[in-house]
Amino acid sequence: MKLSDIFKRKSSSDVAKDRLKLVLVSDRSSCSPEIMERIKNDIIEVLSKYVEVDASGLDIKITQMDTENGSDKSVPALYANIPIKNMHHGAEIK
Amino acid sequence: MGEVIVVTSGKGGVGKTTTTANIGTGLAKLNKKVVLIDTDIGLRNLDVVMGLENRIVYNLVDVIEGNCKVKQAMIKDKRYDTLFLLPAAQTKDKTSVTPEQMKELADELKKEYDYVIMDCPAGIEQGFKNAIAGADRALVVTTPEVSAVRDADRIIGLLEANLIEKTHLVVNRLRPDMVKRGDMMSADDVIDILAVDLIGVVPDDESIVVATNNGEPLAGDNSLAGQAYMNICHRIIGENVPFLDLDSKKGLISTLAGVFKKK
Repeated sequence: MKLSDIFKRKSSSDVAKDRLKLVLVSDRSSCSPEIMERIKNDIIEVLSKYVEVDASGLDIKITQMDTENGSDKSVPALYANIPIKNMHHGAEIK
Repeated sequence: MGEVIVVTSGKGGVGKTTTTANIGTGLAKLNKKVVLIDTDIGLRNLDVVMGLENRIVYNLVDVIEGNCKVKQAMIKDKRYDTLFLLPAAQTKDKTSVTPEQMKELADELKKEYDYVIMDCPAGIEQGFKNAIAGADRALVVTTPEVSAVRDADRIIGLLEANLIEKTHLVVNRLRPDMVKRGDMMSADDVIDILAVDLIGVVPDDESIVVATNNGEPLAGDNSLAGQAYMNICHRIIGENVPFLDLDSKKGLISTLAGVFKKK
């Protein structure tokens, strides 16, 4: 908590808004944390065949993205940030 | 050809039935031919809110099962000749009808009525699927509370998935004094989160309780809620009306004025 927070207390309606925005992100993705965890592990497993992945720095989430065909409907999109520690060139495929 | 409107919310107790009753009454006041269908089979309530509970002979399930003609099950409103109610069955459950049957009924009724309004049960199961089956547009009712807004978001997603493209939001039971204090989300906050178009804001108003006690929906009377519902009706028929000024002081005075005028 910052010092300024003590003086500038958030109103309860702002708290409600912030909490709602957060909870709706996961609601809208219709993807449970367990499934996300499994997707993450599978991605690591596949990529590890080719490169060395920093598993602790891996971040994946499902977000909303506007469709490209110009309609204002948004579609879920998988966002993944996967840091690579080391490319093992010429690694043999098992 | 009329329009089929489903009034839905996800969460229970936010005012779907009250909204249905008042919008039906308001549209009838605007000389539209309206039928209200209570799709909450097993937990019917629209009849008592309309004050028509003593006139029920047949119900929705009787119509679907072919025990009677649609006309026989329609109950004419006490005050408006162009307003009708098709009540839900009380002794059956939601699986007594299918979405296909509901769509067929809605398609048939909209040939004859300007508006067919479905009062949807709470939840997202069979009852919800039945209620939205024939809908051309949807009114999603919510209150400015986290639980109701969250459920509304889920419902909006489901409506989209079912290709109901005209979806509007009714923010019900707003307390302008609390919004001013920062202790309640405003209608703008809610539409900002849900990203749908607003069709009306109904203030929290004691006269709603009184109207429900009496079984006489208040759309169009002097109360703030009555005016708010009437404005929604004007917007439904395509008119452009400004949103009510719900400033708390003004609200109190006009509520009082409404009470005195009544007596």
